[in-house]
Amino acid sequence: MGDHCVGVIVVEGEQAAVVVDHGEDRDWNFHRHRRDDSGEWSAVEDQGRIEYAGGEQSAGFKFPIVNFSDPRERFGNRPDVRYRQALRFKDLMGDAARVSMITSRGGRRVYHEQEHTNPNVRFVGTDENYLTSYSYEVAAGRPISSDDVDFARSVCLIGEDIRKKLFSSKEAVGGTVRIDGNSLTVIGGLESKGSSFGQSQDNIIGAPISRWFNVYGRSGRSISINVQASSAEEMEAVHEQTIGTMCLVRGLLPEDGNNFNTTTNDSVMKTFDQALNTVVIGAFVISAIALLVAGVGVMNIMLVSVTERTREIGSRKSLGARKKTILSQFLLEAVTLSLFGGIAGILFGIVGGNLAGQLLNAAVVFPVGWATADLVVCSGIGTTFGLYPAWEASSLDPIEALRYE
Amino acid sequence: MRDPGELVIDIADVTKLYRMGSEVVHALRGVTMKIHRNAYLAVMGPSGSGKSTLMNMLGGLDTPTAGYYDFAGEDVAEMSDAELADIRNREIGCVFQSFNLRPRSNAIHNVELPLIYAGVRANVRKERAMEALENVGLGDRMHHRPNELSGGQRQRVAIARALVNRPSIILADEPTGALDTKTGVEIMELFEDLYAKGNTIIMVTHEEDVARHARRIVRLRDGLIEADETNLDAPPRT
Ligand SMILES: Nc1ncnc2c1ncn2[C@@H]1O[C@H](COP(=O)(O)OP(=O)(O)O)[C@@H](O)[C@H]1O
Ligand SMILES: [Mg+2]
Repeated sequence: MGDHCVGVIVVEGEQAAVVVDHGEDRDWNFHRHRRDDSGEWSAVEDQGRIEYAGGEQSAGFKFPIVNFSDPRERFGNRPDVRYRQALRFKDLMGDAARVSMITSRGGRRVYHEQEHTNPNVRFVGTDENYLTSYSYEVAAGRPISSDDVDFARSVCLIGEDIRKKLFSSKEAVGGTVRIDGNSLTVIGGLESKGSSFGQSQDNIIGAPISRWFNVYGRSGRSISINVQASSAEEMEAVHEQTIGTMCLVRGLLPEDGNNFNTTTNDSVMKTFDQALNTVVIGAFVISAIALLVAGVGVMNIMLVSVTERTREIGSRKSLGARKKTILSQFLLEAVTLSLFGGIAGILFGIVGGNLAGQLLNAAVVFPVGWATADLVVCSGIGTTFGLYPAWEASSLDPIEALRYE
Repeated sequence: MRDPGELVIDIADVTKLYRMGSEVVHALRGVTMKIHRNAYLAVMGPSGSGKSTLMNMLGGLDTPTAGYYDFAGEDVAEMSDAELADIRNREIGCVFQSFNLRPRSNAIHNVELPLIYAGVRANVRKERAMEALENVGLGDRMHHRPNELSGGQRQRVAIARALVNRPSIILADEPTGALDTKTGVEIMELFEDLYAKGNTIIMVTHEEDVARHARRIVRLRDGLIEADETNLDAPPRT
């Protein structure tokens, strides 16, 4: 491929960083080398991981997305996905799928003339495929082009939040913003996407990834690679190809095993489902405890009611109420009381669910099954915990009850 | 002398003990009496002589410590809860000194209650409750709650409730005790009326004026029958 060493920059203990020219590749790269026991230098094999992430949260996975992501967060022992690798990967994938590279830093402040944003902007370094992969639309101006990436142009796209903050009514396209000491020309504004999980998706600024590296440097960073198949049917094949290509890029042999991870939308959904399961189990345990407490509460209320109405019970018995009649009367009251709680719970759930849905920008579904379960369980609680008080009431001696003060 | 009706209440050697810690109270020490259908009987005696205890026993609300109670030929001690409840519901109507009305229900709903326990359908229930209220002269007070009625009217609601299931026997424990003389007289007229219609009336009182209406007077003292005599001063049968 024409790679050749241009020079050793750092020698640090048993490790060295080697600057490599990739020939056709547009960049010089740092390679880590290590001296082994025999004194020979060898390149430290990058162990990476690939992750798929759901980009099309709302479109129902029409364009399934595969995403290679930063290993530092969860797989610190795996090597970074290097820019060089990402470029080769993209090259090798060719037309099979839409590949985009993403790297980002949060907590940035963006300036324009006297204005500046809060230091909570996410600065994304990416390429021409980013917008499609993450379903952003350009509201004004133009998207990032492959030329922008190739020539590391000082251009950027800004999210709606930033446009409003810095330009308000002024034309943003053509303006200049500064971020971490670098000036970038605004080439386009993004259509608002609202917020997801309480996080605004419009508080971002995107620049060509090559430009981004000029700002923050390249070492110690891992690139997320997002692979988007053109249809759900091709997803499986594209996934296979993704893994194969990544192995090729890293020079991994089949017996080496993968030193990267891939995640698909499906597996993201699975992870999400697992998390949801945990939440459901947790909610179940908490509910069970709450129900027990509520049940004891119902029992207490009913016992007080029986005591307060002792004379009434005596009177009812003197008028011909049977034991069974009194028992069912008080049981019914306990169940009614519990059902009131159950219905209040459902209303509370509807209100809370809608609020949360609004906050998280998620669709709200009324869980008929759970609501039914709620009513059934509440009736059960009412019956179970109302039984003892009702039995007490029905067993009262009529004369004692009538004489009760 | 009139031919006595069928024997409905037959008690023999009934005693009732109340244990209050180490102290034992003999409320009844061995009472024996027979009551036939369409009797009009007053139980008299000083306070604490056992009148209420006896009435509660007759009403099937209390059980004797010893002795027998046959109601219409059946041993009450052998009866189940359901059988006893049915007797209280259909055979005996109890009127207490305290009316025991449901405060938040109107007169009709109060009177309906025994019919609910008798399993009568809702529309029939209402009709019969209204009829019973009319019979005690409360036709214009049907939708009033107890706190919107006078003492005499409340007692009449309680009597209507006791009568609504058409029991043959009416047990009244000091029915005029909480009422002034005038309303007391009204209640007595009502009883006279019921007696004339063939009901059996057993009432407790400590007022000679009230007892005068009865055809038979039983006097209790310290849990024993002191006297059991025909009331010669009773008004003529209408
Ligand atoms: N539940 C009870 N516990 C203890 N003693 C009672 C009870 N009910 C009645 N007595 C006693 O039994 C006796 C008869 O009471 P009661 O039948 O109410 O008398 P009366 O109605 O003639 O005034 C009284 O001495 C009374 O104190
Ligand atoms: Mg008394």
